Amino acid sequence: MKNNKFQYDPGRRTALKGIALGGAATMAGGVGSIISSCTSRKEPDRSKAAVGTGEMTYRVNPNTDDKVSILGYGCMRWPSVPGSDGVLDQEAVNELVDYALAHGVNYFDTSPAYCRGQSEQVTGNALARHPRDSYFIATKLSNFAPQTWSREKSMEMYNNSFKYLQTDYIDYLLLHAIGQGGMENFNSRYIDNGMLDFLVDEREAGRIRNLGFSYHGDIEVFDTMLKWHDEGRIHWDFVQIQMNYVDWLHAKEINERNTNGEYLYNELAKRGIPAVIMEPLLGGRLASMPENLTSMLKNARPDDSIASWAFRYAGTPEGILTVLSGMTYKDHLRDNLATYSPLAPISADEDALLQKVATMMLSYPIVQCNDCKYCMPCPHGLDIPGILLHYNKMVNQGDIVTSVDDPNYAHARREFLVGMDRKVPKLRQAAHCTDCKECNKHCPQSIDIPAELMRIDAYAEALRRGEVSV
Amino acid sequence: MLKKLRVVLAVIFIVCLTALFVDFTGSAIDPLGWMAKAQFWPAVLSFNIISLVLLILLTFVAGRIYCSVICPLGVMQDAFNRFGALRVRKAARKFRFAYQPEKKLVRYIVFVIFAIGMIAGAFWAGARVWMALIEPYSMYGRIAADVVKPVYDAGNNVLAGIAEINDSTLFYRVTSVVGSGPAMWVALISLFIVGATAFVAGRAWCNTICPVGTLLGVISRFSIFGVRFDESKCTGCRKCERNCKAKCIDVKNRKVDYSRCVTCFNCTESCSFGAMTYGIRRNIQATEPAEPAKASCDDASRRGFMTGLAAIATASVAKAADALTDSIKPREEKTTDGGFADITPKHNPEPEQPIVPPGAISWRNFATHCTACQLCVSACPNEVLKPSTSLDTFMMPQMDFDLGYCRPECVRCSEVCPAGAIRPITVADKSDISVGMARVYMHSCLAAQGEAACGICARHCPSHAITMMPFGGDRVGNDGLPLRRPVVDESRCLGCGACENLCPVSPVSAIRVDGRDAHTTIG
Repeated sequence: MKNNKFQYDPGRRTALKGIALGGAATMAGGVGSIISSCTSRKEPDRSKAAVGTGEMTYRVNPNTDDKVSILGYGCMRWPSVPGSDGVLDQEAVNELVDYALAHGVNYFDTSPAYCRGQSEQVTGNALARHPRDSYFIATKLSNFAPQTWSREKSMEMYNNSFKYLQTDYIDYLLLHAIGQGGMENFNSRYIDNGMLDFLVDEREAGRIRNLGFSYHGDIEVFDTMLKWHDEGRIHWDFVQIQMNYVDWLHAKEINERNTNGEYLYNELAKRGIPAVIMEPLLGGRLASMPENLTSMLKNARPDDSIASWAFRYAGTPEGILTVLSGMTYKDHLRDNLATYSPLAPISADEDALLQKVATMMLSYPIVQCNDCKYCMPCPHGLDIPGILLHYNKMVNQGDIVTSVDDPNYAHARREFLVGMDRKVPKLRQAAHCTDCKECNKHCPQSIDIPAELMRIDAYAEALRRGEVSV
Repeated sequence: MLKKLRVVLAVIFIVCLTALFVDFTGSAIDPLGWMAKAQFWPAVLSFNIISLVLLILLTFVAGRIYCSVICPLGVMQDAFNRFGALRVRKAARKFRFAYQPEKKLVRYIVFVIFAIGMIAGAFWAGARVWMALIEPYSMYGRIAADVVKPVYDAGNNVLAGIAEINDSTLFYRVTSVVGSGPAMWVALISLFIVGATAFVAGRAWCNTICPVGTLLGVISRFSIFGVRFDESKCTGCRKCERNCKAKCIDVKNRKVDYSRCVTCFNCTESCSFGAMTYGIRRNIQATEPAEPAKASCDDASRRGFMTGLAAIATASVAKAADALTDSIKPREEKTTDGGFADITPKHNPEPEQPIVPPGAISWRNFATHCTACQLCVSACPNEVLKPSTSLDTFMMPQMDFDLGYCRPECVRCSEVCPAGAIRPITVADKSDISVGMARVYMHSCLAAQGEAACGICARHCPSHAITMMPFGGDRVGNDGLPLRRPVVDESRCLGCGACENLCPVSPVSAIRVDGRDAHTTIG
């Protein structure tokens, strides 16, 4: 089997050949001890997380020999100035970037679409304060909207990335979220306007060091891209996929339009294409989960955060170049640094435990929202992720009831209704969904958002009315 | 001893009644709702025989206990009177008043105007609601709702903020419609006038302007019990007279004007010789006032005139017309992730026929009973009831679905109304009562225009009166599905406003409710 050193089969894997600089494949003592929700919008946990005592684990990109930190900084969830209606807080971002660089993180992944279009500029400002060779920049051609499909508009987006990121080369450039809208959409975005050819030329010219794509949705597009790679039509230097211990085997159970992480990763591994991992935490759902699942993990490693399991899982296969985490608060960053300095790979026993947790998770009525905000802004003003996340939180707390006879009814009702009013203003709540389905076009998890919103609204309405069966 | 008892009871009454107004959880209605129903004028309007008989009997037997214990406006004046004492030199604090003859002319003229207004109210609702400006219970109601409640809510919201930081749901944030608009100005002005009067002149308001005071005064003039002189003990020191905030004790003639005595027991408490006691009146004959004082008569009527004038002024500036802009906004294309689309607040035109809550029976029944006390406005948890600003229904609550709708599980306004304007109903009754009718305006409806499948109105209609029906043949909407539009079954529509409130078209909804002048039952 060609390139079988990349083949990842956790069930049969016996030992791990670490490419890590730190070399050590054992977990150093005193590692992180908080449950930090890496993506949730709640206030950061103030407890101290011990930053790993060892050195960051690094992986080497076979194309350019880049030594990339296993923890990559996802720049889609930067903190905003409190009370500013989403204006990013440059000072706070600078601090996070400085701290990350100082602790060995060197991969920063942004996009022209992130944070309402502010991410590239803010990330660029923070990084430009450091030597250009101390970090790798990944950004994307995020021309999703039909109005940006023209060559001019796409070029403008590409050129702006250089301007905003204050650089004359981009280390990793991705075609952003291909697969949504199938091959038709892909052709409109990259083939018909000649953008893909242009980007290949740019790679020749050295302005792009690695060219790849990030993938969600229709598997036909993923397979076609790899076919082109095999045929020599285009060489992909890396590919960004969604992978975590739930998606590894159960992606189809969450949504049949999704593809298991196992397939995606192995397809890349057998071609020797390094994989960048997104959604290692499933948008925070693997950082806070129902109580019995939490205790299963805490039983195994009492001092490790719940999130650390997901990060260790995502970082374990050797064909993984880096694992992205959108860290809003320093606590998230510290916890992840602890997890990855150095990485303690998931053992076969632990893998079995995680698969058990994954299977059990699927029995909860959790909405598979990752809080990526691709659906936002909703044209009718709803706070879609806010609604879905509050619902999920109630599921995790065990505060979803089915009858007024439930002894927990009064408490659950109050938690749900008061909590919803607190998190989401009344006019942005689920009752206002017009079923226009605009959001569904953008959801990388292929959630039928209006259907979920209506389900949650009907539940809330039954609670308000105090109906016997909810 | 009697005074202590009076003070304790009075404090309990005013605190509990205020609690009834400021409470937003609805939990005060059961234990405290009767206190509003025990008020005299609401009892008259709602023809509450039990309350009326008890109050008249109480007054006839014991004097105007009502005015010193039950009436919140009276008790509030005692508080202001106490503050008023502070401005006086300490030694003189307890000797601020002196006997004044009854201002009989003013009392009865004001009362006659009030009575005429109330009777005229049967023909024009405005007459009654304007008279309510001097009706003591509703005056206090407006003060509690529009001055005290906003402060209470603000305090609650501070606690809610703290609870939020601690991830607790013990306190939650509330918003309310009180504390703004003409009703608040009326409340502030009456608070100022009554407060200032009490500050300098004790119970002058109760004994010259207040129509309930005048009416009960007629009864208490002949009451069985009262304060009386023990002429064998009285030294004529006038201590009782100087302490009487009703200015009704004439020591020189050893007489008490029982029509003005509010049985506060300040006199019995202050007499050093035990010459003032409370018991069966020795002399059942009414005390005649020495002479009507004309000079101060003008003073009081001027005050009344000013109240009216100020109220008219604030009401007439309050209303501003808004243009109808009911068109669908073009949707902006999404290019980046995150953020929120702006939401235009609702501002629907007023319905042709004002909508009044279930239990009101008809617009006419509602308008002829309401004293505009704002208790229902404070009690409404859905921000539906708002005080009207138009002159003929001034400050009377009206339903308006811009901020919320009349939720099917709530009957709080019907539970609290003491005046019979909104009669008590159950949640089950409510599911049958139709207070209005929804109408669809096709040209702005998202579904009819093919912008979205929508169906929000149909989904949220508590009586399932709205269905989404295909129309327009082969035409399809943005989602490729056949066009559908909401259709209202008028025989099932309750007029609750869920459709109007939740309609995504803003500021003017594509489905709106008009009131029914007489409520009907459906089904």
